[in-house]
Amino acid sequence: MLRSIFRRANGKPSVNTSAAVELRKTALNSVHRRLGAKMVNFGGWDMPLEYSGIIAEHQAVRTRAGLFDVSHMGEVEIRGPGALQLVQWVSCNNAAKLNVGQAHYSGLMTSRGTFVDDLLVHKFSDTHYLLCVNAGNQDDDFQHIVANNQFDAEVENSGPRYSQLAIQGPHATEILQKLTPSPLDSIRYYHFAFGKVGGIDCLIARTGYTGEDGFEIYFAPEHSENLWSDLQQAGESVGMIPCGLGARNTLRLEAGMCLYGHEIDDTTTPWEAGLAWICKMEKAPFLGSDALAQQNQAGLPRKLVGFEMLDKRIGRDGYPVVIGGHETGRVTSGCPAPFLKKNIGMAYVPPNQTTIGAEIEISVRGQAAPARVVALPFYKRPQ
Amino acid sequence: MYPADYRYTKQHEWIKVQGDTGTIGITDYAQQELGDVVFVDLPKVGAKISGGKSLGSVESVKAVSEIYSPVSGEVTETNPLLVDAPEKINTDPHNTAWLIKLKLADPKEVASLMDAAAYEAYISEQAKEHSA
Repeated sequence: MLRSIFRRANGKPSVNTSAAVELRKTALNSVHRRLGAKMVNFGGWDMPLEYSGIIAEHQAVRTRAGLFDVSHMGEVEIRGPGALQLVQWVSCNNAAKLNVGQAHYSGLMTSRGTFVDDLLVHKFSDTHYLLCVNAGNQDDDFQHIVANNQFDAEVENSGPRYSQLAIQGPHATEILQKLTPSPLDSIRYYHFAFGKVGGIDCLIARTGYTGEDGFEIYFAPEHSENLWSDLQQAGESVGMIPCGLGARNTLRLEAGMCLYGHEIDDTTTPWEAGLAWICKMEKAPFLGSDALAQQNQAGLPRKLVGFEMLDKRIGRDGYPVVIGGHETGRVTSGCPAPFLKKNIGMAYVPPNQTTIGAEIEISVRGQAAPARVVALPFYKRPQ
Repeated sequence: MYPADYRYTKQHEWIKVQGDTGTIGITDYAQQELGDVVFVDLPKVGAKISGGKSLGSVESVKAVSEIYSPVSGEVTETNPLLVDAPEKINTDPHNTAWLIKLKLADPKEVASLMDAAAYEAYISEQAKEHSA
């Protein structure tokens, strides 16, 4: 046994057993090890997969709060008079609509209208943007942005200057408020402010990847251990626990969010991935906009759908979707949903097979298991 | 930790032999590596299984793992407890959370498996490789 299917963004096994590669470490690596976390290689980073268990951590975030070290995430900063033009050229959402102190979800595009990465764009000022990108893609993203910089903007691969912690869950605001004089209620969803947390200068963003309310804070790595222990202490009384990448994945999937290397990659377009809401054709031309306009006219080869399994089996990443006896698509992510207590997943299928309620089959190691197409997201938090 | 009267495989299954019946499960090391177990897929009673071949699978939230039979034989029982409480594998892998019972094809086959001391040495070696 234990020929487990641990996968990471690019489809390579994420558990490093050879120990041949020197893994990158966040400033909290020794803290995770002290806490007894099970560690995995994620995108070249030695990261906590779980501490107390994926199910317990998932439930804590849905009902109380969870603390995540997401310092592996990359940051790219773009500055100068050409900053907005460069952001607009390489990404598909309309950054001209952002106010100072606002962030949005977007895609970094190839000329084919496919994803180099997905990212959050934060507007610091008219001449300064911070992009938060995936750990495993950060160096490629930086190269891609530099290669497309016809606007004389200054581009910095600033990942090493930031640690990032995510505090997520219904009690996140109350916990973080204990440590900061900044009025958190005045930071709206997908907005951010600069303020002190535990006396440390932070960017405090009301963003997340769990489907819950919460914050992601960015700060200089040397303060990581202090801030982690301050937050742990502040959250203890309401049952906040440290959470790893395992729960981060089940939480984002329940919330119907895409993961690079699974739902999106450099072969998928925003139209196919159900991300038309971040692809603003009215700002064209931008990188990939011609290809995207063309695909819009020609029609899509496939579309992303959500499904739930109708028996106890689990349709996992890479399993074939079978409709009418024919393989018509592939599961991109699939797992048990600990809060919904169902087995859920997302898959690409032909555009005429996306009807909500339609019964499909997932081929689970050679055996057809019944499933049903359902609306995304699977989980929406009570407002 | 690892019962002295069981035998163990390198794929982290255990077998306990009583007469010509073998009870098979996964080890504590295996359940720790898997994390929260959510589903167990076991063969039907009467199925004939060869040693070293897959007898079913155990799924955790994160992954699915094949279970390989330590020896050959015919399935006489599967554990009914695991149908509704697969998570028992996480709390009691060596006792109540056994997977199947086999009528052994050849009771001598068991002799080639590791005893508890050899298995413990084997997993501490594995743990070293992991943390290296």
